[in-house]
Amino acid sequence: MLDMAPNLTQAAGWMPIVFLGVMGLAMLAYVILDGYDLGVGMLMRSASEDDKDSMIASIGPFWDANETWLVLGVGILLTVFPMAHGVILGALYLPVAMMLIGLTLRGVAFDFRVKAHAARKPLWNRAFYAGSLMASWSQGYMLGSLITGFATTGWVIAFNAVIGLALLSAYCLLGAGWLIIKSGGALQLQAVRWARASLWLTMAGIAAISLATPWVSRAIFDKWFSFPNIVLLLPIPVATAVLFWVIHRSLQRLPTRLAQGNEYGIWVPFGGTIGVFLLAFYGLAYSLFPWLVIDRINIWQAAISPESMGVILAGAVVVLPMIIGYTVFSYRVFWGKSGALKY
Amino acid sequence: MDGLDALVLARIQFAANMTFHILFPTISISLAWVLLFFKLRFVKTGQQHWMDAYQFWVKIFALTFALGVVSGITMSFQFGTNWPGFMEKVGNIAGPLLAYEVLTAFFLEATMLGVMLFGRARVSEKMHTIATLLVAGGTTLSAFWILALNSWMHTPAGFEMIAGKAHVTSWLEVIFNPSFPYRFTHMMLASGLTVAFLVAGVSSYRWLRQERGAEVMAGLKTGIYLAAFLIPLQILAGDFHGLNTMEHQPAKLAAMEGIWQTQKGVPAVLFALPDEKAKENRYEIGIPKLASLYLTHHLDGEVRGLNEFEGKHPPVAPVFWAFRIMVGMGMLMLAVSWSSVLQLAPWKKDPARNLRNWQARALVAMTFAGWVALVAGWYTTEIGRQPWLVSGVLTAADAASQVVAPKIAFTLSLYLALYAALIVAYVSVVFYLARHKTPADSGMEDTPNPVTYPEQQTSQPGAAHA
Repeated sequence: MLDMAPNLTQAAGWMPIVFLGVMGLAMLAYVILDGYDLGVGMLMRSASEDDKDSMIASIGPFWDANETWLVLGVGILLTVFPMAHGVILGALYLPVAMMLIGLTLRGVAFDFRVKAHAARKPLWNRAFYAGSLMASWSQGYMLGSLITGFATTGWVIAFNAVIGLALLSAYCLLGAGWLIIKSGGALQLQAVRWARASLWLTMAGIAAISLATPWVSRAIFDKWFSFPNIVLLLPIPVATAVLFWVIHRSLQRLPTRLAQGNEYGIWVPFGGTIGVFLLAFYGLAYSLFPWLVIDRINIWQAAISPESMGVILAGAVVVLPMIIGYTVFSYRVFWGKSGALKY
Repeated sequence: MDGLDALVLARIQFAANMTFHILFPTISISLAWVLLFFKLRFVKTGQQHWMDAYQFWVKIFALTFALGVVSGITMSFQFGTNWPGFMEKVGNIAGPLLAYEVLTAFFLEATMLGVMLFGRARVSEKMHTIATLLVAGGTTLSAFWILALNSWMHTPAGFEMIAGKAHVTSWLEVIFNPSFPYRFTHMMLASGLTVAFLVAGVSSYRWLRQERGAEVMAGLKTGIYLAAFLIPLQILAGDFHGLNTMEHQPAKLAAMEGIWQTQKGVPAVLFALPDEKAKENRYEIGIPKLASLYLTHHLDGEVRGLNEFEGKHPPVAPVFWAFRIMVGMGMLMLAVSWSSVLQLAPWKKDPARNLRNWQARALVAMTFAGWVALVAGWYTTEIGRQPWLVSGVLTAADAASQVVAPKIAFTLSLYLALYAALIVAYVSVVFYLARHKTPADSGMEDTPNPVTYPEQQTSQPGAAHA
């Protein structure tokens, strides 16, 4: 595949790869970070009134910064690969609009629900839930479109819609895992039940995608099912299966342990799910590289001038470590559950 | 015909999103500094009412910020969905400017906001003040990059066109392009005025409800003094900005002033109905030679008219009227803030009683006066740039996407419904908060309570979620 690349010793050759990496990492960070709070938002529908407040409180300090990773990811697409940005977002016009409306509803409901008249609170709770659902599903739909090269036949649309459901349940799994760490008591046990329910949907979704993707996209089929790739790539599905098994076991054991006040292993479901996301991301990145629009636009065709990329890169090299630094700071400030951290 | 419809719809959609978006950052930029002021007063004097004022306004800040973020995300996507040609042609310039906004400002604000809103019991007082400062700095930095790009679109500089794409020759010239200093100053002052009237208006509303404690008076005075201080500066800055526009965007200025023919000794038109077909003003009421005086500083100075830009000038009536609405609001702001400040002056005894009821009502009525002036000013400058998206480089029509009209019409109607509902919700919640200082179930923010700070009642099972 790399024979398409211009000379990699030149800025025009290697810089697009670096930015693709940064964009990929930003998207990965977004999917994991906003994934858990969107998941919490969707799970809120089946929570009691008191638990709703606790669930919201668990994501309060974070959701805004989490969402910013999306802005960075799309920002790189917009600023470094403008030729692909227009094509991709033009093709995804309706799901993008749905996601934006969902994110808007979720973001404002978060604040309005505690500030508005008490009688309006259920309305904003519903908006919060609906917004999280819309954003999650449409993101899955877009992921499907990316894999299928933005085709619009009936089967492809159905495929995209199923991926929407799979991502939705994966977010619920992440959100439930987050709540297992951040909450206690009845809500924590409830979160374990939620995680178990969403685990099966997530597994089914990932299995369906793994089987359907090469079938839907010829380009991806060729990349995976040729020798020796098929052997080298085998660890990905195997490791994913192992992780699912680990999460499943831990969810089986957690209720008994939690009942005894033993919090050992509360990190396993959340951590395991992140592991699954990392593997899925790796598989997807392998499938798509170096295309931004599969078989049509690659990263070198879409990139801006090397001079302008250099200007952005200089800023990114200085600023990204700072961003990571104060993100870690923020998570440390709000570490743990009750009174674990006092200054 | 289809293409034209899609273009018009795409422009309406972008304008609607932009109009909605701009309302909120304009408040958060200056409100963040006002919050820092409250916090610093509290740290310095130890007087609780400064902290109370902080606690009250930080709720409105959080709400405003959230609306700004979600609508801003919409903006970043709409560059691609509605104007792909923009980034394709001038991406080498717009890209880095937008990237620097996200990198240097966006993350900083979003992360520190968490500490500012929820972290007061978890970090030191000093760290909390620093978080407030970083949020304020972040919002301002964000405005800096965005206005650099916006100004560049008005008065592009520091680039050359190679094979149909803009390439940078000097970043300093790109950022500090000819209209940037004026536009940035004008916009920052507009933000300050919007917040000054918001704070003064909401405080007056509480004052009229007989809530006249130290906290409300602190807000009232801060708002009124700030408004009275900023409005003369704004008039001055607006004047400089106008002169800059005359130099670099003469067609826009001619439309603002309603000048159809290049002439000497042009009048300042107070009222008219610009008639684009007849190329003249109907029912014109003007003050002779005044426009020449303030534009050229000579009674007989020559001002270029729309006749010099045949087919390449913006639609006259919207620019003409938007400009008058902005200036009119400015005059109203001057009158209201100065009449109020004289009542509250330090040499008066018991200023709380000296503010007249009608003045308080006028301030309440002007709570969102900043928004009116802001949107009018924004339309003046943005419609005034038409038909160009980037002056002399790229027209809006050339940058439009191929998305079909029905799709745009569908999403446009969704956005419009959502935005209308959210603006109503925002305004009513601001006044609701003014009536009910601490909602019974505030659940979230800085006030220690069972939900956010469960360490205070760890004995209660199930309440432990930080």
